[in-house]
Amino acid sequence: MKTIKKISENIWEIPKQGKMNVPTKIYASDSLMELMKKDKTLEQVKNVAMLPGIVKVSLAMPDAHQGYGFSIGGVAAFDLDRGIVSPGGVGYDINCGVRLLATNLKKEEILEKKKELLHQISRDIPKGVGRGGAINLSKEEIKEVLEKGAKWAVEKGRGSGRDLERTEDGGCIVGAKAENVSERAIKRGLPQLGSLGAGNHFLEIQEVEKIYDEKIAEKFGLKEGQVTVMIHCGSRGLGHQVASDYIKLMEKKYGFKDLPGSNSPNSHLERRKTAIPDRELINAPIKSELGQKYLSAMAAAANFGFANRHLIMDSVRKSFKRVFPTAKLEMVYDVAHNVAKIEEHVVNGKEQKLCVHRKGATRSFGPGRKELSEYYQKTGQPILLPGSMGTASYVLVGTKKAEEISFGSTAHGAGRVMSRSQAIRDFRGEDIKKELEEKGIDIESGSWKGLAEEGPQAYKDIDEVVKVSHEVGIGNMVAKLKPLGVMKG
Amino acid sequence: MTYKFLEHTADIKFHAEGKTLEEAFINSAMALKESIVGKIKIKEIKKKEILAEGEDKESLLYNFLEEFLFLLDSEGFVLSLIKEIEIKDNKLRAVVLGDSAENYKFSNDVKAITYNDMFVREEKGKFIIEGVFDV
Repeated sequence: MKTIKKISENIWEIPKQGKMNVPTKIYASDSLMELMKKDKTLEQVKNVAMLPGIVKVSLAMPDAHQGYGFSIGGVAAFDLDRGIVSPGGVGYDINCGVRLLATNLKKEEILEKKKELLHQISRDIPKGVGRGGAINLSKEEIKEVLEKGAKWAVEKGRGSGRDLERTEDGGCIVGAKAENVSERAIKRGLPQLGSLGAGNHFLEIQEVEKIYDEKIAEKFGLKEGQVTVMIHCGSRGLGHQVASDYIKLMEKKYGFKDLPGSNSPNSHLERRKTAIPDRELINAPIKSELGQKYLSAMAAAANFGFANRHLIMDSVRKSFKRVFPTAKLEMVYDVAHNVAKIEEHVVNGKEQKLCVHRKGATRSFGPGRKELSEYYQKTGQPILLPGSMGTASYVLVGTKKAEEISFGSTAHGAGRVMSRSQAIRDFRGEDIKKELEEKGIDIESGSWKGLAEEGPQAYKDIDEVVKVSHEVGIGNMVAKLKPLGVMKG
Repeated sequence: MTYKFLEHTADIKFHAEGKTLEEAFINSAMALKESIVGKIKIKEIKKKEILAEGEDKESLLYNFLEEFLFLLDSEGFVLSLIKEIEIKDNKLRAVVLGDSAENYKFSNDVKAITYNDMFVREEKGKFIIEGVFDV
């Protein structure tokens, strides 16, 4: 792409041109930019800039890579009156996210029983594909889950109010309506609540390896040598179906209107050229009935995601207690990294309500934001960035700067650089397990193939991603976490 | 093999062919199956009937393939093979055989069928399909 300009260290721009309504901005080091140039990331960020009602700028975070429609790592905010909401701008795995727990144990205390602990967790938490969840729900109950999120779990005696205070939006996005979630989506979700799923989802036992900001780490409850637990998963089949349902509904209502013959063999390719730039950018006006319905169904799916991670946390606490009776696991935070939300941001010097899409991007709110609970009012929110399997993860803190330049957003992790088929050709699951064990990392996995696909070399360098976030100031480094044991779906 | 996988950084892209539209649909379903279970042999113990409709061939394909994700999540049914398939006027009926997922160990969660780069095309007397699965 010839038009991309480096404005300053780690900041790039594609100026407004052609059908773009706003310019794009990409936060990346030189090496991360080289990776983005290899796939369709930049083209996709540019396409998003063409959508109606987009405000200020179409953004890509340091870990951005090619998605469908929006890039993964894309952030875009839309005017509530003129703008649109797009299921492709949220992703299929609505409220895919990360939860971090801090234990009262030190690494030395768990080393001897680490394998036993991992086995225990593996027995207690369902994982993999086509497996039932941890609890049985009636259809009535699942509707409560969808509208109350993690609060529902606390009402059922799982976890506490303190856990909710340390969850993004208190574990419940307001405006969720179960009635706008299809029967089909509910059927897919019903057997899955409390399960980890598969693919890139995991549960990790970690050690705090390094602290970068003592004061903030203390507030977050983190110190060197301490054992932590990270849970990475989302809203499972329920969220996937909500996304799929609304993509179809929006396409039916808005997508086909002025498009060439739907039965011609190349119809979809032609459509893309003549209508919106990419079929997966399908959208509805925020103000429209369908737009509002999607937002309420998406919030419901997001609440399912919060409840899911909450229940997994509850099970992990019990697993720990079986192996270490005095173990205590406190919430550090829970973040969503696939979601759209109505938030206030300053545009041209004025506060304005916007619909912020974060697809593979984490909210980064600094001190004083009203959305944060009292506990994190002075520090800003914790941001959790999972590394790829076997590499470090990071805890960052939200900043005022992020609110100014990235609609309060930063990266969400490492981001893939290698296709799964390539990874399977290049690595063997058995070798990866051995390599990890040599580094002192135990692993429980559903399959060898799944392990090979998630090989650490298939991902971008998370250290580099975090460095860019910190240097640009959209999420500052607090702590580095090193894996001790991984349970992969 | 009448389907293959193409390079895609984050997701799974497939290419399927068939002498007829039905055959190309069957091969697309086989690509989806391999994306989920790998090379594991699934027994033919359970039988399901699948009905799907679409606005055009692409959305028919999307809805047909999505049915397998639905059956897997909601009932734990995993596909082995497609016994019968009939497509007429963008409506489809199929009889499929498979087994309970809990009898196997596999871990590739296809989250969704997507429209990304999807096409169903008739070319030189055969049908060609491409698409991307979100994983």
